[in-house]
Amino acid sequence: MEKVLNWIDARFPLTASYKAHLSEYFAPKNFNFWYYFGSLALLVLVIQIVTGIFLTMHYKPDAGMAFASVEYIMRDVPFGWLMRYAHSTGASAFFIVVYLHMFRGLLYGSYRQPRELIWLFGVLIYLVLMGEAFMGYLLPWGQMSYWGAQVIINLFAAVPFIGEDLSTLIRGDFVVGDATLNRFFALHVIALPLVLLGLIAAHLVALHEVGSNNPDGVEIKKLKDPETHQPLDGIPFHPYYTVKDILGVVVFLIVFSAIMFFAPEMGGYFLEANNFIPADPFKTPEHIAPVWYFTPYYAILRAVPPMFGSQFPGVALMGVAVLIFFALPWLDRSPVKSIRYRGPKFKIALGLFVVAFVGLGILGILPSTPLYTLIAQILSVVYFAFFFLMPWYTKNDTTKPVPERVTSK
Amino acid sequence: MSDISVDTSKRRFLVALSSAAGGIAAVGAAIPLIGSMMPSARALAAGAPVEVDLSKVEPGMILTVEWRGKPVWIVNRTPEMLALLGKHDDKLTDSASETTSQQPEYCKNPTRSIKPQFLVAVGICTHLGCSPTYRKEVAPADLGPDWAGGFFCPCHGSRFDLAARVFNGSPAPTNLVIPPHKYMSDAKLLIGEDQAA
Amino acid sequence: MKSTCAQTMKKFLFLAFALPTAALASSAMHLDTAPINLNDQESLQRGAGVFVNYCLNCHSAGYMRYSRMTDIGLSEAQIKDNLLFATDKPGNLMTVAMRGKDAKEWFGAAPPDLSVITRSRGADWVYTYLRSFYRDDSRTTGWNNRVFDKVGMPHVLQELQGHLAPVYHAEQGEDGKTHQVLDHLQLVKPGKLTLAEYDALTADLVNYLAWVGEPAKGQRMTTGLLVVLFLSLFFVAAFYLKKEFWKDVH
Repeated sequence: MEKVLNWIDARFPLTASYKAHLSEYFAPKNFNFWYYFGSLALLVLVIQIVTGIFLTMHYKPDAGMAFASVEYIMRDVPFGWLMRYAHSTGASAFFIVVYLHMFRGLLYGSYRQPRELIWLFGVLIYLVLMGEAFMGYLLPWGQMSYWGAQVIINLFAAVPFIGEDLSTLIRGDFVVGDATLNRFFALHVIALPLVLLGLIAAHLVALHEVGSNNPDGVEIKKLKDPETHQPLDGIPFHPYYTVKDILGVVVFLIVFSAIMFFAPEMGGYFLEANNFIPADPFKTPEHIAPVWYFTPYYAILRAVPPMFGSQFPGVALMGVAVLIFFALPWLDRSPVKSIRYRGPKFKIALGLFVVAFVGLGILGILPSTPLYTLIAQILSVVYFAFFFLMPWYTKNDTTKPVPERVTSK
Repeated sequence: MSDISVDTSKRRFLVALSSAAGGIAAVGAAIPLIGSMMPSARALAAGAPVEVDLSKVEPGMILTVEWRGKPVWIVNRTPEMLALLGKHDDKLTDSASETTSQQPEYCKNPTRSIKPQFLVAVGICTHLGCSPTYRKEVAPADLGPDWAGGFFCPCHGSRFDLAARVFNGSPAPTNLVIPPHKYMSDAKLLIGEDQAA
Repeated sequence: MKSTCAQTMKKFLFLAFALPTAALASSAMHLDTAPINLNDQESLQRGAGVFVNYCLNCHSAGYMRYSRMTDIGLSEAQIKDNLLFATDKPGNLMTVAMRGKDAKEWFGAAPPDLSVITRSRGADWVYTYLRSFYRDDSRTTGWNNRVFDKVGMPHVLQELQGHLAPVYHAEQGEDGKTHQVLDHLQLVKPGKLTLAEYDALTADLVNYLAWVGEPAKGQRMTTGLLVVLFLSLFFVAAFYLKKEFWKDVH
């Protein structure tokens, strides 16, 4: 056994990688509940890739056959229903996990120096994930798939001058059609997953280069044992965080299985009723809304009235709402990272931001009325204020002193 | 960190227990994934038994039907053809149909059939899967004076007699497959289902 | 810290899911609850009979194979003898001979495929719809429907249910004028069945359609139970594993 290992180590850094990333990768010992979601995101990625591979063995990316092939998977393929539900539940689970993972970053300032690149890779992952989800949602070729894609692609048509041509280029046709479905399939199953895997690798490499942040926002690398040169507040990832993450994985899988097996439609939020009607280019469903994970941005889009006869301001603002996350490391001017030592201004701002984000998400699902539009406008202002006023309120906040060492819970 | 005593046997037990649970979980996840690659209900429906009306097959003629996507031959053998069958046993690889995988038990007989008159065989060469051609004529120029009627595979020259048995010297290792079949009446054949024992 | 986080999570999830559901539910009109029981095989079999005799002439269930009905306790021979046309095989899909183009000419729209109708419309809607046809001479078919105004489909089950006629009452509208509002339906010509018997028949039919909507549902539930049970045991092992190793960390 040892001989084999030596043989490999002479040619490939197996033991060295194991040490660098697991047994001698030192993570802060005070990770709490919020630190489960990174590994869970990785788990959901694996679920999506594996179930996706087996779904592509049966799915047909053809406007005339796509809907039927999904029902074929649900009925005729052995365990096809299981793979399909795992994939559809996984799509929503991915966003739940990623939103909580991002929120963790906001709570403890994980995007702050020296982790700006980790955050930037993370936001890129989020963007690609949105593209992946959007294109995947067209594939079942139901009414919601079709009209959702129609509406979103038409957003690009609002771009001045090149808009019309741009949206035609994306569709490959004058309406969403077979060409659109076929190319979305190609992008969904190979192009974007490759990009996603590359970005995730970069996200992790950057993380292991600088080391993990923690709920106290203390840099554990500053205080090391003079003899062993190991961080005083660090513990080896393996076995401590492997066994902890296994526990997290099992709990997550219980929740995931409960939804997948007992409520895969999740009251119409994970699988929408209208998507059980085949795509019909001549008939729009009465009430269309994007899937829940896009609704905050959709609400921002609807909150902006057309200006100068163009939808573009709304579209642009929606784009800014997503892209603004990139600027976060440079907007935050607080001397501390973690919310534990921040002052009331940041806490209020973050609380309002959560209310705005969730509120916009709910409004994006509901049909628009004048009242709802007004609320959406107010919440949109709150959403952007969180970012644009951040340099001011973080700088002038009354912070508490940060301890030298991490605190136990 | 590790100056307190550690109960290693308890740790080992818990690691073993969790590993076992993880192993079961992995196997449990693999079952549906691998299972989904088995023939679907559509493939099974397409592979359902096929009914054949034998009155359409004239003496000496061949009818090819599709069963599970494969060609199945039904040959109405004339008494002359049957008479020639027993005369070349020494040149056959498996004249007595000893290879059990190639035919159901009820067709392990000199004519390899339920009724001597009708040969039912899967028309796929046991060599590399081409479909042999039906050559009923006796001693044609291209197949030589010894040819007493049978099947000739155009891909690699395997030769089979009219009981679908392979001749010595052919690349094909075994006789052609006789599919499960049964007679529902004198003129009605069902391919894909065994006859009652 | 930990427990408050979990509570925040709960509130967050509650807000995200519970609120909009409530808001959407209130805007929908009243539907009768379909008495669905997918374990009642006799009801499903009766429903299958009604479906094949009355619906399958115009509506397909084109993603469904006849042979799948072995799952609701029918034998292949029973399916072949009672539910199949002579030329069909049990492995065939439940398609329909009527061409979409003809149907469009006759009814104004092609009759939709019913494989997943209970998943798109909901079982309650289908159950209410089938019991809400009423006489309306302004329609070419002579029929209208309370939950699907100006529906193209005639009342196929009229010989069983009989004829219902609308009863209106006057209501003061927002504009100050009085409107005739449909109040309820009244039986004006009895059918072969009593209304209670007709309700039972449609309940069987909708039960069957709900089963057709997702024939793997039973397997889904039992598999799910096993998986969650197993994971609960796994949780115990993982919990003590974590606890044992984390004794080291102070």
